[in-house]
Amino acid sequence: MRDLTLCGLKQALENRTYTSAEIVGAYREAYSQDRSHAKPLNAYIEFFADSLDHAREADALREQGKGGLLNGLPLAVKDNIMIRGKEATCASRILKGFTAPYSATVIERLQAQGALFLGRTNMDEFAMGSSCEYSCYGPARNPVNRDYAPGGSSGGSACAVAARLAPCALGSDTGGSVRLPASFCGIYGLKPSYGTLSRYGLIAYGSSLDQIGILARSPEDIALVLQAAAGVDPKDGTSAETAFPDLYPLAPLEFKGRKIALVKEFTEKGVDSEVHEITKRFAGWLKKQGAEVVDISLPVLHYAVPCYYIIAPAEASSNLARFDGVQYGYRDEAAHSLEEMYVSTRTKGFGTEVKRRVFIGNYVLSSGYYDAYYKKAQAVRSLLSRECQKLFTDIDFMLSPTAPVPPFPLGSKVDDPLAMYATDMCTTFANLTGLPALSLPAAMTKSGLPVGVQLTGAMFSERSILQAALSWRKSGESI
Amino acid sequence: MKYDVIIGCEVHVQLLTRSKAFCSCPNNFGGAPNSRVCPRCLGLPGSLPVPNRDMISSAIKAGLALHCKIAELTKFDRKNYMYPDLPKAYQISQFDMPVCAGGYLEVTADGQSRKIGIIRVHMEEDAGKNIHAQGGLNMSYVDYNRAGTPLLEIVSEPDIRSAEEAVNYVQSLREIMRFLDVSDCNMEEGSLRCDANINLWIYEDEKRFATPIVEVKNMNSFKAMKSALEYEAERQLDEWREKHLTLQAVGKTTRGWNDDRGETVLQRMKEEAADYRYFPEPDIKPISISQNLIKQIKQSIPELPEQKRGRFVQDYGIAQEAAEALTQSKALCDYFEEAARGYQEPKRIANWILSEVKKLLNEKQMSIEQFPVPARQVTELLRIVDAGTISGKIAKDVFAEMAASRKSAAELVETKGLAQISDTGELEDVVEKIIRENPSTVADFKAGKQKALQHLMGQIMNATKGKANPQVTIRLIKAKISGN
Ligand SMILES: [Zn+2]
Repeated sequence: MRDLTLCGLKQALENRTYTSAEIVGAYREAYSQDRSHAKPLNAYIEFFADSLDHAREADALREQGKGGLLNGLPLAVKDNIMIRGKEATCASRILKGFTAPYSATVIERLQAQGALFLGRTNMDEFAMGSSCEYSCYGPARNPVNRDYAPGGSSGGSACAVAARLAPCALGSDTGGSVRLPASFCGIYGLKPSYGTLSRYGLIAYGSSLDQIGILARSPEDIALVLQAAAGVDPKDGTSAETAFPDLYPLAPLEFKGRKIALVKEFTEKGVDSEVHEITKRFAGWLKKQGAEVVDISLPVLHYAVPCYYIIAPAEASSNLARFDGVQYGYRDEAAHSLEEMYVSTRTKGFGTEVKRRVFIGNYVLSSGYYDAYYKKAQAVRSLLSRECQKLFTDIDFMLSPTAPVPPFPLGSKVDDPLAMYATDMCTTFANLTGLPALSLPAAMTKSGLPVGVQLTGAMFSERSILQAALSWRKSGESI
Repeated sequence: MKYDVIIGCEVHVQLLTRSKAFCSCPNNFGGAPNSRVCPRCLGLPGSLPVPNRDMISSAIKAGLALHCKIAELTKFDRKNYMYPDLPKAYQISQFDMPVCAGGYLEVTADGQSRKIGIIRVHMEEDAGKNIHAQGGLNMSYVDYNRAGTPLLEIVSEPDIRSAEEAVNYVQSLREIMRFLDVSDCNMEEGSLRCDANINLWIYEDEKRFATPIVEVKNMNSFKAMKSALEYEAERQLDEWREKHLTLQAVGKTTRGWNDDRGETVLQRMKEEAADYRYFPEPDIKPISISQNLIKQIKQSIPELPEQKRGRFVQDYGIAQEAAEALTQSKALCDYFEEAARGYQEPKRIANWILSEVKKLLNEKQMSIEQFPVPARQVTELLRIVDAGTISGKIAKDVFAEMAASRKSAAELVETKGLAQISDTGELEDVVEKIIRENPSTVADFKAGKQKALQHLMGQIMNATKGKANPQVTIRLIKAKISGN
């Protein structure tokens, strides 16, 4: 049963092959079994006790011939997306015990269609990281090889889906945080165009870059969830008018006449040779389908990562300043003055990587440094957007590896921030430009680790990206 | 020593929009602590601000009234600083693209009218309020009701040249905001707050020296503002005489006005100035303001005090001082115009309002909006006086009675039998009786003593309870005595 995709489960429910209660029961069983494993995956921070109740309610609705598009279908949710009445901690000590007083718009929309939630998934603290190791709950593991990192920051979500502890999961993607773990765990992960999914109720990291993403084992699953959750939200002034009312069922893409650009900047220096090889092979497959594959160069892409590591920390330094021990979350009660409470609460409440980015952010925004860093980064970002916009008037997709490296062992990059940041080489530009991008499982390395490739499209071209991915999945060459 | 006082003002006014700046909580004053809050104005994780359209319209309205240029494109920025009353640890404000810029305000001081430049008008949100527990408890609380209240910050050029002019500037600003119905500008409730930057230009040895700029805070009334700025100018002059410190050497410091001690107290030196790390608010898209919207808002701007004053003097023929007194509030202007409509002597209406109405408002501690006598009743009352039915003196008593009982002028005059006795027949009997009873006074009158007439009048008024028509009575007395 757990081998079924979300769409497969939908059919099984509609055909009365299974009930939601049976499905949720199976996931719960698998979750508890994994907990007694010598090396537990640690995909979930919390598996919700009430998910079975919601499953029974959904089953009752189905019996009455009622229920929405997702009735009784379970999803896992990253710990930075708020579900009313549940804890939401961003895997940070500073938010431990914080109960969400309201639900994210995306959660409400999925619930309105009958979806239920299995639990909160592990992540890098405040979504800052590429390995899911910077979590106050300890790292999640890669289900393909438990000594490897699942990728981050939505590592718990990717891990849960790949390990069949959930059919589908929500993540968030600020610089690659959905796509990178999808690639490392061998599943599909979409970062929609900026504004497609409301950010209301997503605990912010870098507001101008954050986007809720969807991870699944099939592009159709992503299409189904995207259709239910997308659309303008009056609570999020940056949400887009675009909706996707009829994504599901999804048809494969006709590649003839499609032009795909293989980007030189993401295929040369810094890219692992095996990853490069797999990307090339994928380009070959595209050609075989009738697509035209062209080599292009966009030198400004070299500046995407430095640009990202200025803008994201800048916004983060401001977004995370509210965690001060005053209203909610952790407070160091031993402090004697306001100043002391601030310093001590934040010193003890935040992990090292979060503190590093808050420092960077405050630095690049300080008077005297603003022009040299933040302002310049904004200029680079504008240039990047213009160049990409220009490029997409000519091509349909951009092809690149998702990550420049295959999955790496747990602990191998934890103490080397620059090496960790370098794993975002191919993903940050999509956040800086707002473009939709999807990681799809392309092949396994010789040592048996998954490698993904990334398709990026023009703004709001989610449909054709998902269609292309579906063609790949149906081709039988997918892993 | 020759010197100039240089003052620039930063005024914050709370807007009267129905909801708060970036959420839909009601924008009222007061209420139980933390009763008007939601995830957005509490800055809860995951919440996002959505700008209130009415706030933007109000800002444009204020900008237009201040002769500002309205930005085609405006944006919000984050001003970052940590304080318990600031729930997000940043204030959503505007930094380099304010909604309005480059205007002026005409201000009269010492009978002289001058244009004070307005650098900018921008929108921002207010913070909550910290409450420190009384009675030695080492506790503090925060009330977030005020958090997210929309504010306009109006920054003047350093064009103001005296404490008096500064007060007049803020008062004129308040007058305009009230006329526009953009803010109630109540200094006591904090819906108008003013900080001022002040220094001196000192002319010495044919050179000009600038003393260090001081930002004066904590001026909670117009009286405090005047005293604080006068004090600060004096203090800077003394400091100059003593130390010769210049702006270049010291920079800008912040001092707070202490009303009890009547002095300004140093709060912060330049080095301690906060770095707010402004950057564009990523949660709110930049806002385009169309010419169409500006046109629409322009049309909704009512006649402003300045224009009204001119028109009152011109059209109603009332004195400049009276026009100034009347234009203190829009409601008072409306009251006056309503009462003056169709009345041949608007001047008398103006005088009545400025004396009788104002007197009652003061006594009852109420605003013109709460005044129970409708404007047209003033007209009716004056018409009754004009008809000779009652005297002006009685009219004042009637008016007080009208305010107390909410009865109409005609009704009161009728039911209380206040109409003057003008009927010669009725009066004749009284006059004859009084003349009969006061032969010596009559003799005095005949001898040409004017006092005698007054004495007789007094007796007649007593007998008629003040209702005798004075003109008719005098005529009768004279006729009766000379006829004797
Ligand atoms: Zn609110």
